[in-house]
Amino acid sequence: MKYDAGEYDVAVIGAGHAGCEAALASSRLGMKTLLFSISLECIANMPCNPHIGGTSKGHLVREIDALGGEMGKNIDKTMIQIRMLNTSKGPAVHSLRAQADRKKYQMEMKHTLEKQDNLFLKQAEIVDITIEDGKVETIETNLGAIYHVKTIIVATGTYLKGKIFIGENSYESGPDGVSAAKPLSDCLKSLGIELQRFKTGTPARINRRSIDFSKMEIQEGENDIVPFSFEDKTREFEQIPCWLTYTNEKTHEIIRANLHRSPLYAGLIEGTGPRYCPSIEDKVVRFADKERHQIFVEPVGIDTEEMYIQGMSSSLPEDVQIAMYRTLPGLENCEFTRPAYAIEYDAIEPSQLKSSLELKNISGLFFAGQINGTSGYEEAACQGLIAGINAVQKIKGKDPLILDRSDAYIGVLIDDIVTKSTAEPYRMMTSRAEYRLLLRQDNADLRLTEIGHNIGLISDERYERFLVKKKQIDEEIERLRTTNIKPTDKNNKFLVEHGTSTITAGTKIADLLKRTELTYEMLREIDINRPELDKQVIEEVEVMIKYEGYIEMQKKQVEGFKKLEKRLLPEDIDYSKIKGIRLEARQKLNKFKPYSVGQASRISGVSPADISVLLIYLEQKKKAKKG
Amino acid sequence: MSTIVAISTAPGIGGIGIIRMSGEDCFLVLDKIFKQKHNQKIEDIKGYTIKYGNIINNDEIIDEVLVSYFKAPNSYTVENMCEINSHGGIVIMNKILDLCLANGAELAEPGEFTKRAFLNGRIDLSQAEAVIDIINSKTDKEAKISIDQLKGNLSEKIEIIRRKIISIMADIEATIDYPEYDLEEVTNANILKILDEVDILLNELEKSFYNGKILREGISTAIIGRPNAGKSSLLNVILNEERAIVTDIEGTTRDSIEEFISVDGVPLKIIDTAGIRNANDEVEKIGVKKAKEIAEKSDIIIAIFDISRELNSEDEEIMELLNNKNAIILLNKIDLNKKADVSKLEKIEKPIIEISTKTKEGIDKLYEEISKMFKLKEIANDGELIVSNARHKNIIINSRKNLEKARDTIREGMPIDIISTYLKEIIEELGKITGETVTEDVIAEIFSKFCLGK
Repeated sequence: MKYDAGEYDVAVIGAGHAGCEAALASSRLGMKTLLFSISLECIANMPCNPHIGGTSKGHLVREIDALGGEMGKNIDKTMIQIRMLNTSKGPAVHSLRAQADRKKYQMEMKHTLEKQDNLFLKQAEIVDITIEDGKVETIETNLGAIYHVKTIIVATGTYLKGKIFIGENSYESGPDGVSAAKPLSDCLKSLGIELQRFKTGTPARINRRSIDFSKMEIQEGENDIVPFSFEDKTREFEQIPCWLTYTNEKTHEIIRANLHRSPLYAGLIEGTGPRYCPSIEDKVVRFADKERHQIFVEPVGIDTEEMYIQGMSSSLPEDVQIAMYRTLPGLENCEFTRPAYAIEYDAIEPSQLKSSLELKNISGLFFAGQINGTSGYEEAACQGLIAGINAVQKIKGKDPLILDRSDAYIGVLIDDIVTKSTAEPYRMMTSRAEYRLLLRQDNADLRLTEIGHNIGLISDERYERFLVKKKQIDEEIERLRTTNIKPTDKNNKFLVEHGTSTITAGTKIADLLKRTELTYEMLREIDINRPELDKQVIEEVEVMIKYEGYIEMQKKQVEGFKKLEKRLLPEDIDYSKIKGIRLEARQKLNKFKPYSVGQASRISGVSPADISVLLIYLEQKKKAKKG
Repeated sequence: MSTIVAISTAPGIGGIGIIRMSGEDCFLVLDKIFKQKHNQKIEDIKGYTIKYGNIINNDEIIDEVLVSYFKAPNSYTVENMCEINSHGGIVIMNKILDLCLANGAELAEPGEFTKRAFLNGRIDLSQAEAVIDIINSKTDKEAKISIDQLKGNLSEKIEIIRRKIISIMADIEATIDYPEYDLEEVTNANILKILDEVDILLNELEKSFYNGKILREGISTAIIGRPNAGKSSLLNVILNEERAIVTDIEGTTRDSIEEFISVDGVPLKIIDTAGIRNANDEVEKIGVKKAKEIAEKSDIIIAIFDISRELNSEDEEIMELLNNKNAIILLNKIDLNKKADVSKLEKIEKPIIEISTKTKEGIDKLYEEISKMFKLKEIANDGELIVSNARHKNIIINSRKNLEKARDTIREGMPIDIISTYLKEIIEELGKITGETVTEDVIAEIFSKFCLGK
C-alpha cells in the first residue's frame, strides 16, 4: 500500500559524507529537509580509511568549513591523531591529516543531524523518483511512503547496485554488510540518466591484539597543530600512533601464485578502478620490479581493537588474503576481523550535470558524492555542501553558487568532473589546481567566509570574528611593510647570526622577512613594537609576505582566466546552429552545455578558433537584441 | 585586451610592408622601439597622423619608417592602433615584428584584428559571418602547417623536452600528493640537471629554426672567383634585375657590404659586395685569402670561373673551398672561346651552370638551382609559415624565460611547490606548439612511475 507522507522542500538520498553536508546545509538555510538512509547505523560512515584530510583533501575540508559545512568540526571533535604534512614543501601544499575515531565520528554526526531544526532523518530505502514537466515531483520509499518534494539530492555513494567481490565469491551488497540499493538505479536509468560502472576496494581489518608492533615503525601524531575548523581552538588529546610495515618477496610470491583466483584478473569485475588506489595484486603486477610496498597500520578508533591495513586492498579469496597478510613483519599471527574486498557500483556520467550539480535535463534533481564518479570522503562532502546550497538557491529562485577554479579546490573538482568525462573514479590532487599558490589551506577562510556568510551558513557572529582576523592580517602586513629596521651593530649582528647578509641602510621588516633564512618568529628579536597576534594570523601574514611575488604572479594569471569565465553562456543556446564552429565542437558543446565561455574552452575537442566564433556569435546575438 | 601585432602585407616579393599593432598599450610598445624625429609625446600626437622616424633596437637603427597613429575609438579595431610603414622588405619587417614581440606585444591570431573590430562594435552584423570565414580559413591553414610540423622534427624535439620536464614534475608532484610514501625526494641538484639539459635542447631548437632564419635573415651568399673571373659583372647583372630588393630611398644611407635579392620570395643576402665592386683595386688582389673568409661565413658559395682562359692555381684554390659546402659552379664567358679544361671542375660534383654575364644567358638557371637547393618554393609558398615560425620562436623564448625563473627560485631557496609552478609554465608554453595540456599528462606520469595508494 502506498500512502501520502506529506510535503517537503528538499529530500536527500543517502546519509554518507555528501548526504550529511547536503541535508545540514539545506535545513540550516530554513528548508524542510528529509534525509534518508538504508540504515541509520551507517551515517557518515568511513567504510575505507579511518582518516580525514591529507594532501588537497585537507584543503577541501577547510573550504567546507569556511563555507559553513560540518566536516571540519566533526573531525576536530573525534580525531585521535593529527599531523600537518608537507611542511617542508612550500606553503601551498601544507596539508592537515587526522585519524578519526570512526564510530565516534559517525555518532557525533548522527547526533548533529538529529539536533538540527528542519531536518528529518528517516531510515528507508528510496525506490522511485517521479518527474512531472521536467521537474522532480515525488520520492517513494520501499514501504510505499510518497513524499512531495521540490528538489532531490542523490548521494548514494557506492550503494547503487553495489556488488562485492572476494575471490570466487561475489554478492550484491553495499559496504559494511548494508544492503545495496537496486530499484533506484533502475529508476535513474528509466529517467534517461547515463550510468557507468566503477570499482574500488578496501583492505582487511585486523585485531590489534594479534599484531606484533615491535617489528613495525611507529608514526606519532604532532602536538600544537591548528584544527580543521577555523572556529575551533587547538586542543590537547592523547594521540594514538599509526604503524608502518612492508610487503616482501614472499608476499608477492603468494599473490602471483594466486592471481588466477582474483576476480579482476579472471575478468569477473567489469568496473573501472582508479590508478591511485590500486589493489595489492595490481601493485605487484604493475610494478613487478619493486621489492617491497609500504603498508600502514591505522587505528579504527579508541573503543575498538580493529586496525585498518592501508595498502593491502585486495579482491583475492580470503584464504589467500590471510596467507599474504601473514608474510608481513608484525602480522605473522594476525587475525582477520573483516576481509578485504572489491566493490563495484553504479555512478552517473557526471558530464550530465551543471556546475551547480543539478542535472541538465531534470529540474530540481541534484547529485553529489561518489555517485558522481569521485572517490574520497572529502570530495563527497564538498559536493554535498554545494548541492545542498544550490538546491535551496533553486527553491528560492536565486542564482546557484558556482565556485570557479581560482576560488577553491571545490571549484576545480566540480569543473573537472562536469567538463571531463573521467574514465576512473576522480580523486582530488594538488596538481589539478592551476592556481594552487592562491588556494592554500591556511587562507580558505579568507577566500570563502564572505561567500558562506552571503549564502547564510556563516553566522553574523562568526563573520564578525572573521573580519577582525582579516583586519589584523592587513594591519600587520602594512606594519611590516612600513616599519624600518636600522643598520645598527646590534641588528647586523642579529642578521649575521642567522646566516644572512647585513644591511647598510634602513630596511623594511617585510623585505627582511622575504629572505629565506629568516622567519617571522626569528625577527621578533629586532622587531621591537610587535603586537601579540594569533598563530593563524601570523601564519597568514608570513606566507603573504614571503611569497608575495609568486602570489602576485598567479593573481595576474587569474585575471586572464576570469575574463572568459565571466562570459556566461545562456542555457538555451543551440550550438548545432552556430555556423563556423566545427561539427565535433558543436556536438560537445551541446552535450556539455558549459555555463561560461571559459568552461567551454576547457572541454576537450573545443579549439581556440571555436571559442572565437562563439564569442562572435554572442556579440551578434547581443547586437541583434539591441538593434 | 592585450596588444597584438602582425605583418599585414603579404610576404615575398615587394620592398614595402606594414606592421600593424592594436591594443590599449600599443603606443607604449611603439614608444620603446620608435624614435620619432620630433620627439613628440604620444598625448600631443593626434589620431590619423603620420610621423617620421627610425625603428631602433637599443641604439641600433633597424629601419627608417613612417608610422600612422590611430587613437581609440577611431581605428579599425576601435582600440589604440598604429601601422609601421617599413621599407625594409621581409628581413627588416621580421626584425621589427620581433622587436614588438620582445617589448610586450603578442602575435595576433588569424583574423584577430577583424575579430576585435567586430567585438568592439566596429563591424555590423552582416560582416560577422565573413569574420568567421576568415578565422576558419586561416585556422585551416594553420592547422595544416602545424600538422606538417607535428610530423617533423619540431614536434619530436618538443616532445622530448616536455617529457623531461613532465617526468621531473611528476617526481615532485608525487612527493607532494603522497607525502606518506617513501618516495625519493627530488633534490634541487636533480632539477637543475634536467633544466640544464632542457635549456641546451631549447637553445638548439631556437637556433634550428632554419626556415624562419632564412626568411628573416636571408641566405648568406658568397660570390667568389679569381680576379677578373666576372664577380663584379655578375653582381651588376643580379642587382639590376627586378628581383633586387631596393632599399635606397632619398636620404637613407645603406650599408653597401650586403645586398639582397629575392629568389622565389626568399631573400638572398650577397655578402662582401664592397669587395666585389672594388674589383680593380688593391682589395681584389688579396684574392684567395679574402675568398676563404667570406666562403666560411656563407650558406652558399657561387664560384665563378672564366672559361675563356685556362684554369690556374688560384682557380684550384677556389675549388678546394667548395668541399663540404653548398656551392654552385658558374662557367662564365661562354660567349667567348672556351679555353679552360673543365674536367677538373666536373669532378667536384657540384651543380655546373654555363653563363654569360654579358649576354645574361644562364642567369635564370642559377636562380633555379639555388631555389632547388634550398627548397625555397616550399619555404615561401605560404605566408602563414612565417607567422607560425615567429610564434614558435616566441614560445621557445618564453619557455627559456620561465626556465630561468625556475632556476632563480631554486637559487633563492624557494620551496618545491613554487619551483614546480614554473616547470608547469614551461610545459604549458611548449604545449601551445603540440596542443597538449599539462595536468593530465603529469598525473598520468605520476601513476605510471610510482606505486601509490591504499
